[in-house]
Amino acid sequence: MLIKSRNTHDCLESEVTDYSLYMQRRRFIETSAKGFGLAMIAPSLLLSACSEASPGSDTTTSAGKQDQELTPYEDVTTYNNFYEFGLGKSDPAKYATKFNVKPWTVKVEGAVENPGTYDLEDLLKGMQQEERIYRLRCVEAWSMVIPWYGFALADLIKKLKPTSTAKYVQFETLYDPKQMPGQRGRALDWPYVEGLRLDEAMNPLAFMATGLYGKDLLGQNGAPFRLVVPWKYGFKSIKSIVAIRFTETEPPTSWNITNSGEYGFYANVNPKVNHPRWSQRKERRIGEFRKRPTLLFNGYGDEVASLYQGMDLKRYF
Amino acid sequence: MPAFFVKHIKPICFTLCSLPLAYLAMLFFTDQLGANPIERITRYSGTWALRMTLITLMATPLQRALGAVWPFRIRRMLGLFGFFYVTLHLANYIVLDQFFDGYEIYFDLVERPFIMAGMAAFLLLIPLAVTSTKKMMRRLGKRWKQLHRAVYLIAALGVLHYFLLIKLGWFEPAIYLLVYLALMLMRMPIRETLSKIFKPRQVTDPR
Ligand code: HEM
Repeated sequence: MLIKSRNTHDCLESEVTDYSLYMQRRRFIETSAKGFGLAMIAPSLLLSACSEASPGSDTTTSAGKQDQELTPYEDVTTYNNFYEFGLGKSDPAKYATKFNVKPWTVKVEGAVENPGTYDLEDLLKGMQQEERIYRLRCVEAWSMVIPWYGFALADLIKKLKPTSTAKYVQFETLYDPKQMPGQRGRALDWPYVEGLRLDEAMNPLAFMATGLYGKDLLGQNGAPFRLVVPWKYGFKSIKSIVAIRFTETEPPTSWNITNSGEYGFYANVNPKVNHPRWSQRKERRIGEFRKRPTLLFNGYGDEVASLYQGMDLKRYF
Repeated sequence: MPAFFVKHIKPICFTLCSLPLAYLAMLFFTDQLGANPIERITRYSGTWALRMTLITLMATPLQRALGAVWPFRIRRMLGLFGFFYVTLHLANYIVLDQFFDGYEIYFDLVERPFIMAGMAAFLLLIPLAVTSTKKMMRRLGKRWKQLHRAVYLIAALGVLHYFLLIKLGWFEPAIYLLVYLALMLMRMPIRETLSKIFKPRQVTDPR
């Protein structure tokens, strides 16, 4: 089981990663050098090595068996998709350095008993803080393992008390082109919006992060607080949230608006449903050389598969 | 053009065309390829493959504009560098990216239009690279020129490949498309075409 809760005062991984980060960087040179060397001297060796990686002989079908080596802090904070700060992977780290998150208010609207505009601090009051180590699978077929810090989304929803008519929850990212240079272009229809079915949002795995590696979130990771739904592609895990809306009908979501043929509302990680333009069968874990097989629901099937009982996952992709 | 430049055009061209590779090697050996080095190499090599292909297409307009022969003296070298960067791009895809996973590569080839376009460009480049020697030029004579016109299609496929793979924002591929169209327009014998269209037909007496 992958939810790892931990007292926040424990020694966090962040304090001991510098060396592993260094090793990780060296590893690419070494592994790729080995790869090249082998390619030149023994193609047959490579072929057998390659069959090891084929889906059939894969033994890591259960999430628990996958090794959970954390992705180095530097990679987690410099390799980001956060188009509000630019389309390049290193743009967010470059342009979010002065991102100001104080004061931060969050609008709560729609079918809910406690609507209003909350200071973030008030909103977070009473939330049970914990650390959770989750895999993050990007729709672009790369992945990371990140030690988040935050609280269960269900706790926040219980505090806000959606009415009985609420079936969905929608989140909205800050719109502030002065601070977010990417919003000066029309790459996406700003502000970014995402949503979940209410039962998905109430699932214990759904998480609201305020930090990672024991530190407050940086701008590029969605400061000051963001959603983390580890069984869905990364774009569902909306960052820098300024509004939470409870709705009766399926709310619009940004990537679906932009290209509904390629990005659905559900966006569950699924190796059997390819992106129309690239394969989702495998993924590259950042820091690793060989791709690894992608798991249904990103390996969190035990926890979330029941949410989709009887649903055609190919149709509701 | 300075005489020195013209005289040493080949080594100068070779050095300049090697710089992108040297820079990539520098990034590689100093561990500066970032969190996802393979993706970085894919993009870098792809970008330079397309740039070199388009630069190759500049030789003829340059030659015409300057009335100098030196652009023709480096034309084959430019083309071969284009082929080199495409090959690097493909080798990176097969070795580092897919790690010889025939299953994945096969499905990429049959299911992904952008890979098909890229592969078609690569396959078309092979005969051009093979016939890029002086000897082959002489042997093929007129047909050499006809054969090497395939580069127009190759560059178009490269641009198409870029358009098909982009996730968001068509800005960058659009720049390459504009450059491509400009280079193609420059080759059109515009004046002759126009005069052909507008030239009053000579009416011949059927009798
Ligand atoms: C030989 C077959 C080819 C294969 C298998 C191939 C494969 C790829 C792949 C997998 C990507 C990355 C896509 C992504 O990031 O989602 C890519 C990007 C690219 N390729 Fe290719 N490609 C091929 C041929 C070519 C050719 C012939 C050219 C140009 C003449 C080219 C130019 C590019 C460019 C410009 C990019 C995008 C770079 C960027 O994102 O900045 N490729 N290619």
